Amino acid sequence: MSASTTTPRKLPGSLETNRQLDRWLRFDRDGTVTIFPGKVEIGQGIHTVLVQMVAEELDIALERVRLALADTSYSPNEGMTSGSLSTQQSGIALRYAAAEARDLLMQRAAAKLGASLEQLTVRDGTITARSGGSVTYWELASADLLKREATAEVAPKMPEQHSVVGMNVQRLDIPGKITGKPSYVQDMELPDMLHGRIARPPGPGARLAALDVAEIEAMPGVTAVVRDGVFIGVIAVREEQAIRAQRRILRSAQWEEQPTLPANSDPRYLLDLESEDEVISERVNDAAAAAATRLEAEFSRPHIAHASLAPSCAVALFQGGKYTVWTHSQGIFPLRGDLAKVLGSAENDIVVIHAEGAGCYGHNGADDVALDAALLARAVPGRAVRVQWMREDEFAWEPFGSPMVVKMSAALDAKGNIASWTHDVWSHAHSTRPGSKDGANLLAGWHLEKPVAAARPGNPPLPGGGSHRNAIPLYEFPGQRITNHLIRKAPLRTSALRSLGAHVNVFAIESFMDELAVAANADPVEFRLRHLKDPRARAVIETVAAKAGWKPREAGDGTRGRGLAFARYKNAGCYVAVIVEIEVGNEVRVKRVFAAVDAGQAINPDGIRNQTEGGIIQTVSWTLKERVGFNRERVTTLTWDDYPILTFGEAPEVEVTLVNRPELPPLGAGEGAQGPTGAAIANAIYNALGVRLRDMPFTREKLISALA
Amino acid sequence: MSFDQPSGLSVRDGARGAAPGHFMTLTITVNGSTHSVAAEGETPLLYVLRNDLKLKGARFGCGTGLCGACMVIIDGKAVPSCDVPVSAVAGKSITTIEGLGDIGRLHPLQQAFVDEQAAQCGYCASGIIMTAKALLDANPRPTDTEVREALEHNLCRCGTHHRILRAIRRAVEGEGAK
Repeated sequence: MSASTTTPRKLPGSLETNRQLDRWLRFDRDGTVTIFPGKVEIGQGIHTVLVQMVAEELDIALERVRLALADTSYSPNEGMTSGSLSTQQSGIALRYAAAEARDLLMQRAAAKLGASLEQLTVRDGTITARSGGSVTYWELASADLLKREATAEVAPKMPEQHSVVGMNVQRLDIPGKITGKPSYVQDMELPDMLHGRIARPPGPGARLAALDVAEIEAMPGVTAVVRDGVFIGVIAVREEQAIRAQRRILRSAQWEEQPTLPANSDPRYLLDLESEDEVISERVNDAAAAAATRLEAEFSRPHIAHASLAPSCAVALFQGGKYTVWTHSQGIFPLRGDLAKVLGSAENDIVVIHAEGAGCYGHNGADDVALDAALLARAVPGRAVRVQWMREDEFAWEPFGSPMVVKMSAALDAKGNIASWTHDVWSHAHSTRPGSKDGANLLAGWHLEKPVAAARPGNPPLPGGGSHRNAIPLYEFPGQRITNHLIRKAPLRTSALRSLGAHVNVFAIESFMDELAVAANADPVEFRLRHLKDPRARAVIETVAAKAGWKPREAGDGTRGRGLAFARYKNAGCYVAVIVEIEVGNEVRVKRVFAAVDAGQAINPDGIRNQTEGGIIQTVSWTLKERVGFNRERVTTLTWDDYPILTFGEAPEVEVTLVNRPELPPLGAGEGAQGPTGAAIANAIYNALGVRLRDMPFTREKLISALA
Repeated sequence: MSFDQPSGLSVRDGARGAAPGHFMTLTITVNGSTHSVAAEGETPLLYVLRNDLKLKGARFGCGTGLCGACMVIIDGKAVPSCDVPVSAVAGKSITTIEGLGDIGRLHPLQQAFVDEQAAQCGYCASGIIMTAKALLDANPRPTDTEVREALEHNLCRCGTHHRILRAIRRAVEGEGAK
């Protein structure tokens, strides 16, 4: 249809890059519809949202919609499931594809029933003419129906017509998970499957001096030991045998460790390294020179672990020269590309199939373990190998959320308004996922005798950004200069952790806004509103303030206090404002959190609430407790004792209010709360005690030294 | 290698004999059914449940009893199955999440998790439900503090804590109303 000389029409969402309708939908003879999203379930509930959107457009019951797991052999290539974009990209594509499919079916029905389109109604896939005849989608849907390029000319339903979208539909996956059904790649089992474990070096750069492979091979149940450079894997008949062999290797191998890591794990080591500096926003206010009051402050976060509850896992099978890999990767196509580079295979000889894992919160060990499994499977052709990392492997080798340092300065004019503002952020790269043009971003590839080098670390580009995500404030200041200082060379691998740089940039901006409000003798809510024009931004702040019963200039009592913070994720996604209530005893406790969220049109309101609540609670944990430790040679936080996270005893009550905008496009809501929550905690501590904590995590030690 | 043979343990030479690997046939009772399993006595119960009995509801999280993803109930107590050798549980009554209820006939705790949508990724959920079950069996009307204390060895990384607490409260109130 599209001649090579004409520019193809721009299509909505991921239809733009996957334009055939049958890539997205299939009508099956049994009265169901199968959808083929390229985005994957990572505990965020996206599958339920997609099913809702399709059921709505097709006017069929939710139960009729089936969902095919993402698979490189048939799924549309939607890149990564990241950045809180699945609803916008996959959801919108499916919405338009379903609307168009419905229209095609209605036209066929009109012809068959001898009626006009206006005389037809649809109920659960059965089309009925006013004159009496009826026919079902499935009777009309011949194989050629969707073999065509999408036009996106059929308008989806208007919000007021919605009966499924906007409802609190229960998540489809929960009953299976809570009754113990095999639900995760960790639960997969193939016939004659073997178990593998990897014995990693003790730290980055360590050299293997000696290993008695024969001793390991002689252990009970051991099928093979795979050694290639400093990559050492073991395959055994039973899982516990593989684990025992791994532990024996860890005890018996002799390593020469290298002092490659910074002497001090304080994130300010970043300031001593060479950086690439880029001014990403600049507006000069000449009047600022005369400003009455100037403030400066410096904020930081250490390395943070994704710390998925489930160590990463994959199953691989090598047969007839081809690989099949089951993985909880967030990007099956990019992973396939990097696997091909390391394995020396053609991409067409590798099938990558998504199977759910536990929540990942960004780029964790999921991709790396897929290569581990493939490397072991290659040693035992015809036998599937399941590899799961041990807890210590995950803590030592997952890519971490980058340490960050932010320096702020601002000037207030005589009226107490912000006249100028600077924000300088130092960070490593926030994206080292697979899928780069140069190199391969898979851990084992770097450990092989003939290594496949890593790609050059980088950031997603603005406007989303990586380390500079949310560095540009949404507030409107007469003067501002925002500078990103990227330190590409990282002693420990860093990559995407939920919200990327937004956690720290918003922490710095929103802490500093409170400091400036104090200097201007203003209430924090009023101070923000006077610098903020966006009505949706103002609405979430006003909503959360009303919900929490915020009183202008309310003061803490020396033990308890409350703090507010706000951000629009990526300055383009959902709006979140939070008010945090804390209590300080021996340490800081977050007792209660209020939040208001505007994620545009809410497809599944309870899903948005659930994601926001989770984002808040996880960020309470990051902000109060978390820090990856290391010495010159290796990571030293290897267990839940070394790296404690928030417990049930410490978890706050959370109340999320949704500001629904059915008339506006839906926005992802998985990462909106991280930035505001960190800052609101700092603001609440100041409100309670009059001390300002600027270096995460806010541990008892930090509190004591701040109060001293 | 040797081990103490707990009372009630039925031991005979396993499929591979007594030599390397120390395989033996062990009899264990899970969810009311008796199973014979050929494994080494020191094998953590978790792997026997998952790989021999194909009960995948107890999940590996840390291997050291710190996260609770693998909780099962042994003689009324919630225990991390990653940290218990299978030889130590012969003759005891083991309950896993599969022994509570199933889709269509959910246990009240499972139903409460559905009603409250108390999961994100759900990996921690079966272990938490088992801990809660053991608590409610011993103390049908726990306070909020008692529930939180009982869950001190269960971790959730998605931040579903307060929904989970609400679900357990709902189950408590539902039971109390009967």
